[in-house]
Amino acid sequence: MATAAAHRTAGAPAYGAPDAGPEGDIRQRAFDAAVAADERIEPRDWMPEAYRATLVRQIAQHAHSEIIGMQPEANWITRAPSLRRKAILMAKVQDEAGHGLYLYSAAETLGVSREELLDKLHSGRQKYSSIFNYPTLTWADVGAIGWLVDGAAITNQVPLCRCSYGPYARAMVRVCKEESFHQRQGYELLLALSRGTPEQHAMAQDAVDRWWWPSLMMFGPPDDASQHSAQSMAWKIKRHSNDELRQRFVDICVPQAESLGLTLPDPDLRWNEERGHHDFGAIDWTEFWDVLKGNGPCNEQRLTQRRRAHDEGAWVREAAAAHAARHNGKNNGPTGVEQA
Amino acid sequence: MPTTAALALGDDALVLSHRLGEWAGHAPVLEEEVALANIALDLLGQARVLLSMAGDEDELAYLREERAFTNLQLVEQPNGDFAHTIARQLYFSTYQHLLYGQLADSDSEFAPLAGKAVKEVAYHRDHAEQWTLRLGDGTDVSHERMRRACEALWRFTGEMFQPVAGLDVDWSGMEAAWLESVGDVLRRATLALPEGPRTGAWSAGAGRQGLHTEPFGRMLAEMQHLHRSHPGASW
Repeated sequence: MATAAAHRTAGAPAYGAPDAGPEGDIRQRAFDAAVAADERIEPRDWMPEAYRATLVRQIAQHAHSEIIGMQPEANWITRAPSLRRKAILMAKVQDEAGHGLYLYSAAETLGVSREELLDKLHSGRQKYSSIFNYPTLTWADVGAIGWLVDGAAITNQVPLCRCSYGPYARAMVRVCKEESFHQRQGYELLLALSRGTPEQHAMAQDAVDRWWWPSLMMFGPPDDASQHSAQSMAWKIKRHSNDELRQRFVDICVPQAESLGLTLPDPDLRWNEERGHHDFGAIDWTEFWDVLKGNGPCNEQRLTQRRRAHDEGAWVREAAAAHAARHNGKNNGPTGVEQA
Repeated sequence: MPTTAALALGDDALVLSHRLGEWAGHAPVLEEEVALANIALDLLGQARVLLSMAGDEDELAYLREERAFTNLQLVEQPNGDFAHTIARQLYFSTYQHLLYGQLADSDSEFAPLAGKAVKEVAYHRDHAEQWTLRLGDGTDVSHERMRRACEALWRFTGEMFQPVAGLDVDWSGMEAAWLESVGDVLRRATLALPEGPRTGAWSAGAGRQGLHTEPFGRMLAEMQHLHRSHPGASW
């Protein structure tokens, strides 16, 4: 580890430092060497401005996805069909808020504030995962989200546990543990439906039919259309390409669908002996870009609800800040409340 | 008799848990998404133990109609704004803390549950108290909202101290302790104990007799509709 430790330039500002000039060259070389040696970049280390900006974008969007992702599932909390399922779903939605908190904290180590990031989410300047723009129309959707959406998220996130930026990698370790638990619960929910009454089985199949393709889209555009991929892989933020991860996910899901007794809605899906992978049909990229641009089934609704929660909560945050200011920080507001 | 008590306490926890669950995705700050869901989960856990003491938890939660529920009218009140939710929580968690404190020290069949739950409820009470202080002694707007919330829910506080068959509890001592505790929090929050009747809708104790307020029926309709749509199915 000592080989490239020179990137830990004592006392150097972590960001905003000039990248150019002889000193910048030295720092750049030290940074490159640290990344090459699989060392972790930490908040006080020098880093290229573009690396910082990419991480802020990615971590913020990841955090936003956790927060917006609470909505489609929370939609079923009040209608969960048994108390056991209700408890599981409540715990899951609570975990997601917690993941959002870890991730905003990780982003804040890069010199941005949670307030600033939420503002960008609310004004549409930063995105969240396109998957959450699909509606949860039946109880089985809760299971399909657990199995497929959380499954895709885990496939994406497990390699991020080795991401070059330390705070993000460490957040991912915690997030992935909880996500795999959610994923198994979703699978188990679908299994109960699949083995239940004919109506329950049909409900499960319908949910898988609707969530399969959007889940495959979660890995992002194909490699030849992914604008950030090459640089992110060079920086070891990303470890595998979108298409590699998507293939891995399909290969994992096919046998799971079989043991669930459910089919995947793709007539072209078959095992390819030569490749040692499943071939699968073409993704509707027009739909993907459309949803990303804001024209999915729930884009408007999700953002409106998020903005409303924030706006209607303003007086509460102001009260906490005023109280804290008056009482010298005793009985402080929650950590996220801006001290006025 | 113990079944009557298990249902009464179980229904309180079940119904309030449901109301808190409605906050998911709507809280004023992320930390409150976590906190409100946390409290809702604790209450749901209590409800499941209590209802299971009285029968099958899902049959009791999903297949009884409004008139058969024996929860306090306080816990069925709609969430309203954040101040209403906090006032409801302050009133109820202070009550639950005192009640479970007594039950935990008793030799009743509720002692094991109460021993565990009293620790959870201490946290709920602390959360409600801290927010009562912040809102009451925050801005003019938050003070006014908190004051209105405490007033609006005050009428439902008398029913908490109507004796429940099967619970050997010092009800009047508990009421005095409740008034002192809530009064102390409200004073520190620059608010006062509301005045006015505490008889609830109908009369104090009506909720325990299955007489509820109108919003409760709609809450149950939402909670039960899926379960009722698939008779006999397991989930």
